[in-house]
Amino acid sequence: MAYQVPRPKLTFAEKIYLPTVLAGLRITLGHLIRMLRGKTHVCMQYPEEKWDSHLPEHYRGAPALVSDEHGRTRCVACQLCEFICPPRAIRIKPGEIPADGKFAKVEKYPVEFDIDMIRCIYCGLCEEVCPEQAIFLKKEYAITGTSRAAMMHDKAKLIEMGGLRPDLVNKWNEKK
Amino acid sequence: MNAIFHAICQYLSEPLPFMVSTTLLKSIGLLSAVLVLVSYTVYAERRVSSLMQDRFGPNRTGFPLSVAGSWLGLKWKDWSPILGGLGQPIADAFKLLLKEDFTPAYVKKFYYWIAPGLGISAAIIALAVIPFGSKITGVDMVIAKVDIGPLFIFAISSLGVYGIVLAGWSANSKYPFLGAIRSTSQLISYELALGLSVVPLFLIIGKLNLVEIVDYQVKNGWMLLPGITAAHPHLPTSLASYLLVFPVLISFIVFTISMFAETNRLPFDLPEAETELVGGYHTEYSSMKFALFFLGEYTAMITGSAFIVTLFLGGWHCPFIPDGSQHWYWGIVNIGVFFAKVIAFLIFFIFIRWTIPRFRYDQLMKLGWIWLFEIALVNIFITALIVAFVP
Repeated sequence: MAYQVPRPKLTFAEKIYLPTVLAGLRITLGHLIRMLRGKTHVCMQYPEEKWDSHLPEHYRGAPALVSDEHGRTRCVACQLCEFICPPRAIRIKPGEIPADGKFAKVEKYPVEFDIDMIRCIYCGLCEEVCPEQAIFLKKEYAITGTSRAAMMHDKAKLIEMGGLRPDLVNKWNEKK
Repeated sequence: MNAIFHAICQYLSEPLPFMVSTTLLKSIGLLSAVLVLVSYTVYAERRVSSLMQDRFGPNRTGFPLSVAGSWLGLKWKDWSPILGGLGQPIADAFKLLLKEDFTPAYVKKFYYWIAPGLGISAAIIALAVIPFGSKITGVDMVIAKVDIGPLFIFAISSLGVYGIVLAGWSANSKYPFLGAIRSTSQLISYELALGLSVVPLFLIIGKLNLVEIVDYQVKNGWMLLPGITAAHPHLPTSLASYLLVFPVLISFIVFTISMFAETNRLPFDLPEAETELVGGYHTEYSSMKFALFFLGEYTAMITGSAFIVTLFLGGWHCPFIPDGSQHWYWGIVNIGVFFAKVIAFLIFFIFIRWTIPRFRYDQLMKLGWIWLFEIALVNIFITALIVAFVP
């Protein structure tokens, strides 16, 4: 059976419409005046005001490489992130750590580590797949550049963005 | 050199060259004033709408004052909340001029090209008979002082529908066509109410020359506020002038509503209802041709406001301000008063647009044919009875 929508009974003032127009004008003008007096705070003036301090912990911004307490980049160049990256934004050139080095046990390190930020879709799969907890998505979201080359984050840039994160993985530490 | 200058002055002071030259000057002045007003109406529309919706609107594009300010040692940051965004119309104009002018392959080229011009020229030509000021050094501040002012405006402004119809038809595509059909039926329906609603005014005043209509209002007060707004404020003397306030008020309301419909403004913007018809009749237009439709729409808005101001709100007249026959600077002040009234009405147009939702199509037709048309018709008879039988 058809459902009957209950129609409201309109008063005469509502039927002739003009008083309701005035009521509407009162609402919109109220908003306008509150805005002019600076009482409403809904919009943010972007470059001057930012929401950065309110970003949640799980926010996915630009990926970066983190270093451990010895200042060593955690990445062991296993290339899992390169393989899982859906838009293929990551390029890694692995190299061998010499046998007489302090971290000879680690065996591999990235000679080059490039992330093409034009391609990156901020999905966070690289962070999720990394067995060494070496790559993290930071809270930086305003990645800009005036050329394709400027949008390519190389190893030095990624390490600088990543910063220090001690005590995540202890398997390379002899004493622990 | 001096002799040539004197000869030119001599020639210009003869009646015909004097008329031609002053008319040209007035036309250029009015046209440029209206075009500036149009661009800043668009800006006001954007700012007011955003303020009503708790946004900011365009507040970044600085006026060239920002450059001057840095020379003078003023900090732009202190000025930007007030002046910010005032350069937006200039930026918009450049954007529209520099965009690609794309003509789809399937359009009917000739009509596609003339439609935007028709739309805007109708709105601009109608401005010619509106007195925008009193007199400056004995020259009437109206481009064409004709005895059929309102009829001329109705005739010309209803030609504006050809721009819309041709645009919709020549675009050879579904949504523009629907927009054009809606526009035709809407304009035909509201033309009736528009024309009939002002007949009571002509019954009262007895003249069809807009200059004389304003002169009547200078003597007897604005049509909406008789007596107290006259050049020599006084209370209306006769019973008839008290009774006539009501028909004039009704005709003002009907006329204003019809004017909203005539200029395709919300709540009657069915010809270009974005949510239903993509963009309506100008869907297939781009670049400057689209801008011409935009200009035409806003010019029509200004023409409509100027017409309402002239008929109901005393035109350039404001009590306690003498007219241009006293001194030329009062003539300039009168022009200022006229434009102030027009701007106030434009802001009212904008307020209404961002307050009321769009009518449904059958509601629009019902309002036009069943309510406004009948109200206007009955109003004429009431006015005629008052004018004929009440002393």
